[in-house]
Amino acid sequence: MFENIGEIVLLFWRTLLALPLAWRQRQKVFEQFFEIGNASLLMVCILSFFIGGVLALQTGPLLTEKSLGSYLGGIVGYSICRELAPIMMSILIAGRIGSAMAAEIGSMRVYQEIDALRTMNINPIHYLVLPRLVAMAFALPMLVIVAILVGWFGGAVVAEGNNHIGLSFQAFYFSLRQFVESKDVANGIFKTFCFALIIAVVSCHQGLMTIGGPRGIGRSVTKAVVNSIVLIVIFDYVLTRVLMLFNK
Amino acid sequence: MNASAPNPYGVSVQVRGLRKSFDGQEVLKGIDLEVLPGEIFVIMGPSGSGKSVLLKHIIGLDPPDDGEILINGESIQTPEIASKYRLALVFQSGALLNSLTVGENVGLYLTEHRLKSPEEISKIVSEKLEAVGLKDVADKMPNELSGGMKKRVAIARALVIEPQLILYDEPTSELDPLSAVVIGEEILKLKNEIHVTSIVVSHDRELAFGVADRIAVINEGRIVIIGTPDKMKKTSDPLVQRFLNADFKREPQTKSL
Repeated sequence: MFENIGEIVLLFWRTLLALPLAWRQRQKVFEQFFEIGNASLLMVCILSFFIGGVLALQTGPLLTEKSLGSYLGGIVGYSICRELAPIMMSILIAGRIGSAMAAEIGSMRVYQEIDALRTMNINPIHYLVLPRLVAMAFALPMLVIVAILVGWFGGAVVAEGNNHIGLSFQAFYFSLRQFVESKDVANGIFKTFCFALIIAVVSCHQGLMTIGGPRGIGRSVTKAVVNSIVLIVIFDYVLTRVLMLFNK
Repeated sequence: MNASAPNPYGVSVQVRGLRKSFDGQEVLKGIDLEVLPGEIFVIMGPSGSGKSVLLKHIIGLDPPDDGEILINGESIQTPEIASKYRLALVFQSGALLNSLTVGENVGLYLTEHRLKSPEEISKIVSEKLEAVGLKDVADKMPNELSGGMKKRVAIARALVIEPQLILYDEPTSELDPLSAVVIGEEILKLKNEIHVTSIVVSHDRELAFGVADRIAVINEGRIVIIGTPDKMKKTSDPLVQRFLNADFKREPQTKSL
């Protein structure tokens, strides 16, 4: 992965330079946006509901035992919006959509479709990478907003329904409002936006670099997912550290 | 590129001292050739002799290690060449975009460069598909077509560009003899009607001798001979003779029972 970091940065830069052309590619952007949202929304809801639920289940009884049950909404809400929803949903999307991007572009590369574009003087970055990057940059943060809300709801359901916690919806909501500020949500959304760029650029890069036949496509898909996840985790730490400076 | 510009003549192509290696193995070992405007130039040779690699260099898909390719005297590697001359390549596999319909594939160049309105593009697509003998396929997906139809769609896609130079990579491979004749006739029609320069890479001796103004034989990355079809037939070069006259030798059957 790290030997290709220069190529990935260059691809990102070239795609950024092509951003003024995004409106011309709006139809492809909408197609990709629909593809990302439609393919992942249900999965995002299920995953985030249970992440919120399990977080409440793990921390709730302990907090209640120590008479700190009223903090549960804040702890679940804060963890989900700042960390769990952005990173878990980004990993999910890297697996579902990043792999599909790498496979589609990789197959186009192997079957000379990208060469055909170049002979028609159509830039593959404008035609293939730009719509995917823009769509991902919008779709993933929106999915994470949904994930945050559903995650909070999952936490609240478990907090009320579990006998060892017994925190009402209202109390959970009050605690959440007390501890979680809008800047915490914005913090998570900003990180997600960065992760979306990582997934799109890394996956498209792997697709464009594909060589060989079906085995090459398989290799590209694996690399796209693994490299995206590794970079997401590294950038998560870096971004968290940087954002902490601004949040002081 | 400007697809609406007239195309009175094809362009000339010069290849000078072209060398290319992949992983240390030299595939092209100093190719020199010149193709005249409006000429049909056929490149023949055994499998693995470097024909398709040469074609990719001529259209600028691959950069040479050494040597140069000139289109009307200008290097193919200069960035402006793509906007100055209209070049097209018909891939061996067709290389149609599988996510688009046949009609969208054929009109892709015009759509992406916004050269015509959607109505005009639709009309041009129908015309070009009809020109290659295909009707009512515009709404089909490429995977619904036969190999021969895909090749003809690829030619239609190239025609939309109104090319000054059109390159064909094995245009008749995997085709039945009747479809191969149709493709050959298309190549000749383009030369006669729009005077396009054509470079055809092929194993097909029937096609080569049927359409070529001149033929080059390439072997192990080197040009062995260049000449008219008549000159080819008369040459005494043993490799060329072996390649052009290769045929099955079947032993006469004897009664074994």
